[in-house]
Amino acid sequence: MKYLRRRAADLVGHCIRLFARFITAVRADWQGIEPVPRQRVYFANHSSNADMPMIWSVLPPALRREVRPVAAADYWLKTPLRAFIGPEVFKCVLIDRRPEVNDKPMDKIVAALDEGSSLIIFPEGGRNMTDDPILPFKAGLFNMGVARPDVDLVPTWVANLTSIMPKGEVIPLPLICTVTFGAPIHVKDGESKNDFLRRAEHALVALKPELNG
Amino acid sequence: MNETTSDILFLAFGAFGILVALTFLGEVLRARQPLDTANPVLETYITRVHSWWGMVAFIGLALLTGKVGVMLLFAFASFAALREFLTLTTKAQADHLSLALAFFVVLPLQYIFIAMEWDGLYSIFIPVYAFLLLPIVSAMRGDANRYLIRVAETQWGLMIAVFCVSHVPALMNLDIGGDRDRAVLLVAFLVMVVQLGDLLEYFFGRRIGKTRIAKGLSPKTWEGLAYGVISAALIGALLSWITPFGVVGAMAMAATASLVGMFGNLVFAAIKRDRGVKDWSHLIPGQGGFVDQLDSVVFAAPIFYHLTRYFWTG
Repeated sequence: MKYLRRRAADLVGHCIRLFARFITAVRADWQGIEPVPRQRVYFANHSSNADMPMIWSVLPPALRREVRPVAAADYWLKTPLRAFIGPEVFKCVLIDRRPEVNDKPMDKIVAALDEGSSLIIFPEGGRNMTDDPILPFKAGLFNMGVARPDVDLVPTWVANLTSIMPKGEVIPLPLICTVTFGAPIHVKDGESKNDFLRRAEHALVALKPELNG
Repeated sequence: MNETTSDILFLAFGAFGILVALTFLGEVLRARQPLDTANPVLETYITRVHSWWGMVAFIGLALLTGKVGVMLLFAFASFAALREFLTLTTKAQADHLSLALAFFVVLPLQYIFIAMEWDGLYSIFIPVYAFLLLPIVSAMRGDANRYLIRVAETQWGLMIAVFCVSHVPALMNLDIGGDRDRAVLLVAFLVMVVQLGDLLEYFFGRRIGKTRIAKGLSPKTWEGLAYGVISAALIGALLSWITPFGVVGAMAMAATASLVGMFGNLVFAAIKRDRGVKDWSHLIPGQGGFVDQLDSVVFAAPIFYHLTRYFWTG
């Protein structure tokens, strides 16, 4: 049974990647890093639910096997299908956002890093529905950078998804989506939380293509 | 094996022969490179030759399967080209539905009309019906900001990526006398004269080109253009046996298609410059996107179609 679920998860993963390729011809632009196996936290802009599958789809197989997206438990456990796709296809690290739960998200994230996984996170804390390129970052990225200073924090810009699937539309448009990986950053000695988060925001926005962000 | 099939195979082997020579040339040049030195021009050339292998194989297979294969190949090319084009155009959320209609209704319908050989409709469907109806869908969402730019650029994308591209398989509908399935060879003729003309235009432009056609836009020169068109005419004469044009007619058609294609290339260079991009996308390794690859054929196709229809159909 477990074996079958594993194979089914692989198959669904393949279908998701094929669909992403067909609709958006999604492509990686490795500007600041090489696509080599290394422990990294990819931190990305978040404007659509398709952001995470796009980043996941462009990673080469060796990197994809090691990567775990950090995602909201309330979203991914809502239906049995999502509960299969989130934890088993994408191997998400699920974070419970409900206030009454006393479950520390950072412990789970650090545990995943200590297992050797790379992570995909969206430090804006939610989907950006404004006209600004990004929302101010939450503290999580800084805390990770302090807790595990050896891990590369890689800014990752997902372009065009707002036009492909604007909020409230049903049909995705087949436009070309590019995922740009920038140069890694680390928390410097004695750098304050705010300074670091502003620097991380700048590093991410700098990757936005001039056209059709 | 009928005559058309053997002609296609003959052409395919001819094309493979040229590719073998080009690949061999690239590998010899690479072997003569001193170790540890990279030659970007050579590497680009070798990547290009590799993609040409793929293209010749695809188009050859499509031609052998006849009408269905060619239709499917060019419908997919339209889809990829429209995707590249509309990625770069101005749009707002108010256009979402009309853009979805462009991809999922207008594009398939155009190819269905071509498959039905309904030439009265596929000649005007996009220039008239899509032109009038899609802006209505956009206007109904009530966003007037940059409205004219948005609808005009969408219409341009449809004209180039769907209307013009679809006129390549539409050549198969022309009744050029004799065996009906020979019309598929017109596709091979158009693609070969235009692509080879481009290649030779590039070669001569590099060698002897002096006078730029459009300074600051493209390295194309009048000298390169002239030699390219003459070469295309000679290639047309060599290929005249697959056409109904006769030797002189084939030379004239090849020269016209090649000339229009080269100027089409210039138009696309202007659009890319306007949008600040070097290539339309990165779909084909070493050559940018579909539009980069097909721009001259796409531009020449409707004119080639209508000239053939006017002069050589009964």
